[in-house]
Amino acid sequence: MEAGPAIEVTGLACSYQEFKVLQGVSFTVRTAEIFFIVGPVGVGKTTLLRNMVGLATPVQGEVLFNGRSFTKADTAERREMLKTFGLSFQGGALWSSLTLSENVTLPLEEYTRLPRDEIERIAAFRLAQVGLAGFEDYYPSEISGGMKKRAGLARALALDPTTVFFDEPSAGLDPIGARNLDRLILQIRDTFGTTIVIVSHDVDSILGIADRLIMLDRETQGIIAEGPPAALIAGAAIPKVVEFLTRRTVRSG
Amino acid sequence: MPASQELTRARASTRTEGSVLEVALEGPWRLDGETPRWGPLVGKDRPQEVRLRADGVTRWDTSLVAFVGEAQHWCAEAGVACDTAPLPEKMRLLGGQFAESLRASTRVDHTRSLLEGVGISTREAMSQGRDFLQFVGECWIGTKRLVAGQAGFRWLDCLGEMQKCGAMALPIVSLISFLVGITLAYSGAIVLRRFGGDIWVADLIGVAMTREMGAMMAGVVLAGRTGAAFAAEIGSMKANEEIDALTILGISPVRFLVLPRVIALGLMMPLLALYANFLGILGGMTVAYTALDIPPTAYWVEMLTIVDLPDVSVGVIKSIAYGLIVGLSGCRRGLQAESNAAGVGQAATSAVVTAILFIIVADAIFAVLFNAIGL
Repeated sequence: MEAGPAIEVTGLACSYQEFKVLQGVSFTVRTAEIFFIVGPVGVGKTTLLRNMVGLATPVQGEVLFNGRSFTKADTAERREMLKTFGLSFQGGALWSSLTLSENVTLPLEEYTRLPRDEIERIAAFRLAQVGLAGFEDYYPSEISGGMKKRAGLARALALDPTTVFFDEPSAGLDPIGARNLDRLILQIRDTFGTTIVIVSHDVDSILGIADRLIMLDRETQGIIAEGPPAALIAGAAIPKVVEFLTRRTVRSG
Repeated sequence: MPASQELTRARASTRTEGSVLEVALEGPWRLDGETPRWGPLVGKDRPQEVRLRADGVTRWDTSLVAFVGEAQHWCAEAGVACDTAPLPEKMRLLGGQFAESLRASTRVDHTRSLLEGVGISTREAMSQGRDFLQFVGECWIGTKRLVAGQAGFRWLDCLGEMQKCGAMALPIVSLISFLVGITLAYSGAIVLRRFGGDIWVADLIGVAMTREMGAMMAGVVLAGRTGAAFAAEIGSMKANEEIDALTILGISPVRFLVLPRVIALGLMMPLLALYANFLGILGGMTVAYTALDIPPTAYWVEMLTIVDLPDVSVGVIKSIAYGLIVGLSGCRRGLQAESNAAGVGQAATSAVVTAILFIIVADAIFAVLFNAIGL
């Protein structure tokens, strides 16, 4: 089955506070693809993500999800589209006054009419999926950073989103934790056909699970490379990209 | 040549050899000791070449690197050849890096001209005003949807907030209103006694508490207690990306966080104000009984000759407005907070300042308004 693009970004320009960070950024993400946004620290990866999901307003350009413009949508339309997103924040961003279980049930309460006990069972299942069975009644302050991150993912998955965004998923995780998370991401994609967009600079993850990636560059304030990681390394067309992905200095010319 | 006895401090001596200025460094070079500086050492000399030697250096750290680097930088600027070959290799390398960093560093000037400052502040004030109107509008729409039953409301959160800002504020409100009653009674008595009208203390306290001080004191206490807490709580939620997490789920932070808090305050504040009225009157009564020998029954009867329902309603109406002011400014400052620790502190402070400022402004407006309609 030939799937159309899940996300289309055209001519996006973003600024962080008063600084212009990116301009003329255009790319597409296919359905059920694991898509990485990579680049050195401070290049604007997270800013790009925030602009895509509406946490920041782009200076210019448009973002389309399944052919519908998100940038131009009104509040009601936007809410409808947000329902299909999940976002896993860098630090988890769990609501600190709610237990893990309540954190996961809140989106379900907002958007579904399921009975209370059903909602709680789904929340317990989501938490078990990310390896947090038995932690339902813990508060975010009582668990470790890695666990918060996983609980944040459980919450992002609560409504069976068609697109899940990850902001630096492996930051603050040990290598085994990071690998388990990668495995979980693959499993989500393979099971539900979820489109996955990941902001990261973790080379192991990129080489391990990325279908395609774009690499951002500070000097051009835009994309300098796009494609599957293996092809980018093999092609060796752009030294910066190969350097980043192989951690080796590349001499050009 | 190095000195025969060990030097206790760093030294740099110069010797002119034709057109070459030779600088010999000696002794221990330490950042926490006194070390020569390149600028004063070279003075106004303009040799054709500078040669650095470090044969007599017993130990060294970044202080020596800085000296060598500054020397190299000076030479490059003045167009003087710099011979560092006699230096040990590591010293030469680090000195070169230091000189390079001096060359490459560009300082950013953060000072602004007066005009620029005024312009930036004006723009900020305007955007803040617009944001505030937008915020109030959002709250209004949220309330309308709530009343129309289009949106779910978190009553449980609201009840929790009511307990926190209402019931738990009772002790401090009691103490403050009681003491305000006492203070008013004493200062009133000073004047009224001259006219032999001690008993009118009851009228004074009754009117002052019900119309003004009850609501005002409850408002000020809650601005400091609850308004600051709202700002700090919402501000740290913002720093922790919790607000973003709501937004991304399509849940409006105004509906989820602001409305339950503002409504809780709007409901609890009149109750607290009535309670404060009562405690203030009790304080006045205590002073009247102990210091002025007015029996409580006489006090009560006298008070009822002047205080009636309109006075109490004026206080209650004001207190509702104060409650909304405290709630809105606390939440607003919290949502506005910068996403860091300093931002949260700043939000709490400005929540209190904003709330008290607007309470006083509102009080003035109410005074004019009630006067006009004869309440």
